[in-house]
Amino acid sequence: MPAAEADKRARGIGALAQDTLWCFSQVKGTIEIGATEADIISTVEFNHTGELLATGDKGGRVVIFQREQESKNQVHRRGEYNVYSTFQSHEPEFDYLKSLEIEEKINKIRWLPQQNAAYFLLSTNDKTVKLWKVSERDKRPEGYNLKDEEGRLRDPATITTLRVPVLRPMDLMVEATPRRVFANAHTYHINSISVNSDYETYMSADDLRINLWNFEITNQSFNIVDIKPANMEELTEVITAAEFHPHHCNTFVYSSSKGTIRLCDMRASALCDRHTKFFEEPEDPSNRSFFSEIISSISDVKFSHSGRYIMTRDYLTVKVWDLNMENRPIETYQVHDYLRSKLCSLYENDCIFDKFECVWNGSDSVIMTGSYNNFFRMFDRNTKRDVTLEASRENSKPRAILKPRKVCVGGKRRKDEISVDSLDFSKKILHTAWHPSENIIAVAATNNLYIFQDKVN
Amino acid sequence: MFARGLKRKSAEDAEDADGGGAGVPAAPSYTLQRQSLLDMSLVKLQLCHMLVEPNLCRSVLIANTVRQIQEEMTQDGTWRVVAPQAAGRAPLDRLVSTEILCRSGREQEGEGDGPLPDPAPGQAPRRPQSSPWGLDGSREGRGGFQKSLDHIFETLENKTPGSVEELFSDVDSSYYDLDAVLTGMVGGTPSGPGLPAFAPAAAAPPSSTCRSDLGELEHAVEILVET
Repeated sequence: MPAAEADKRARGIGALAQDTLWCFSQVKGTIEIGATEADIISTVEFNHTGELLATGDKGGRVVIFQREQESKNQVHRRGEYNVYSTFQSHEPEFDYLKSLEIEEKINKIRWLPQQNAAYFLLSTNDKTVKLWKVSERDKRPEGYNLKDEEGRLRDPATITTLRVPVLRPMDLMVEATPRRVFANAHTYHINSISVNSDYETYMSADDLRINLWNFEITNQSFNIVDIKPANMEELTEVITAAEFHPHHCNTFVYSSSKGTIRLCDMRASALCDRHTKFFEEPEDPSNRSFFSEIISSISDVKFSHSGRYIMTRDYLTVKVWDLNMENRPIETYQVHDYLRSKLCSLYENDCIFDKFECVWNGSDSVIMTGSYNNFFRMFDRNTKRDVTLEASRENSKPRAILKPRKVCVGGKRRKDEISVDSLDFSKKILHTAWHPSENIIAVAATNNLYIFQDKVN
Repeated sequence: MFARGLKRKSAEDAEDADGGGAGVPAAPSYTLQRQSLLDMSLVKLQLCHMLVEPNLCRSVLIANTVRQIQEEMTQDGTWRVVAPQAAGRAPLDRLVSTEILCRSGREQEGEGDGPLPDPAPGQAPRRPQSSPWGLDGSREGRGGFQKSLDHIFETLENKTPGSVEELFSDVDSSYYDLDAVLTGMVGGTPSGPGLPAFAPAAAAPPSSTCRSDLGELEHAVEILVET
């Protein structure tokens, strides 16, 4: 059929002409069904320009992709991401006191803004944060006086002339070196790291405490939040995520397992136990159940690029809050409300504890989060329209337009719909990333990384 | 009050309330479902994650759920030992099944008989037989766990209000002081033997309460909710 007709169908019924069409671009990772658990992607993050895309996995490895320069010959094909560097960031460790393993799984990666030719990123597992420097080398010095071409030392007595070494081109080599290791500061599991807008400090948050670090100092950190009760019997709430304000280096937020967000100002006191703002939505009594608290637990919190809003993800919804209004969110989006009647089963199989992340697009107009069955959802804050897409190998033809998916909640199931009971809960999209300025998204589906772009033209 | 579409558990414990949107279940079924949820939650707390430290957030959320159920059952007046005649084997099964789950997870030996024999009605098994780790609570986390597990069973037996807090009360405090010293989190010089790995770590002491924190009860909770 004509291309225009196909486009119309792909957009779905009633869609406006301006809706974004998403196309498959690339997929990274193996196709085998029995891929090892170490390959499961645990974090995805673009750098500040979008030139680099980093992933961390359960095996403690970091893989960085770089976008190739766009070619004038192929205007239809925007720059693809190719492997730039791969390195082992964290190794498994053993805590001999508690007789427990410390997982090497990379929980988070955060990029530092680029200040010279090298790239810097922070990667963390449950206990230790590391600063990595990724740099290129495409020249090497030749013509040493004291070493010969193979690197063997020369006997100084045999040297009769001196020469100046010159730099000669070599094959591009990308090397990653650990520049700082920030260890031994967290009793509990680190869930978040966030680089401050001053680019000199960053914070790391675990279940009960948040620490502030200076990049140059690894043997000290300042504790800025401590919610550990004096009596651990009384522990009922933990920290689930934390982030610095994008512009105000004194401001940060952290979320809790009780569905609350606290905004803190570090100028107020050294220990930010008293929040400046407290965001909580009153509970809906009609929806109350034994699972209410669990599904209200916030799994991710993100400032908008503008710094005016924060977005939170709990089990069933994504919410947008205005920093100036603490008593309720300004927007609430249902991610997969059809799961509300299945909470007991999801509690039994532990899926109810899955921690989904959420992301803003570059202009803060669209938000995205993942779901089950390799579905992910996008919500346009302006048009109030939403779409469900799927990351799967079946939709993996180059530049194939993704067809919107729909879950049937009851009654007659239409042809392309999938019923709730057929959803695959082992295929969960927990980690996604959005390019800082373009419509390019990276979606982690277990051990595969999908890259989608909006349709050109 | 209870979520709909409860998945069917086991024949003697819950009614078959399958299917979404089945409507609010009738009262007796609700009680059974709530009991089933309580059992499930206790099993989740006890499931032995022996290799990796379990997720504290998950443990706290499950513990809060248990507390909620307990509070509601206390208000109902159902948080007492169920009348032997009505319950029959139910409480025994519950205790036995939970214990077996943990036992199989730990591969205890010397209990090849499988499930404990059926005691007289109204009398539940008091303690698991001859645990390899003993019941006096060794320094090992595992021994502490076994002792705490017994405590849970005893507490379920007694079912006094506030029993959830009682679970955390019996603790070998010297173990935790050692842990406090060597963790190095509290800052300052550890008073114990100086392990290089924990040499000057976080310099800023978090708060004055921390030292006392790492006292008696923290590890009890950790052992219970993590192991």
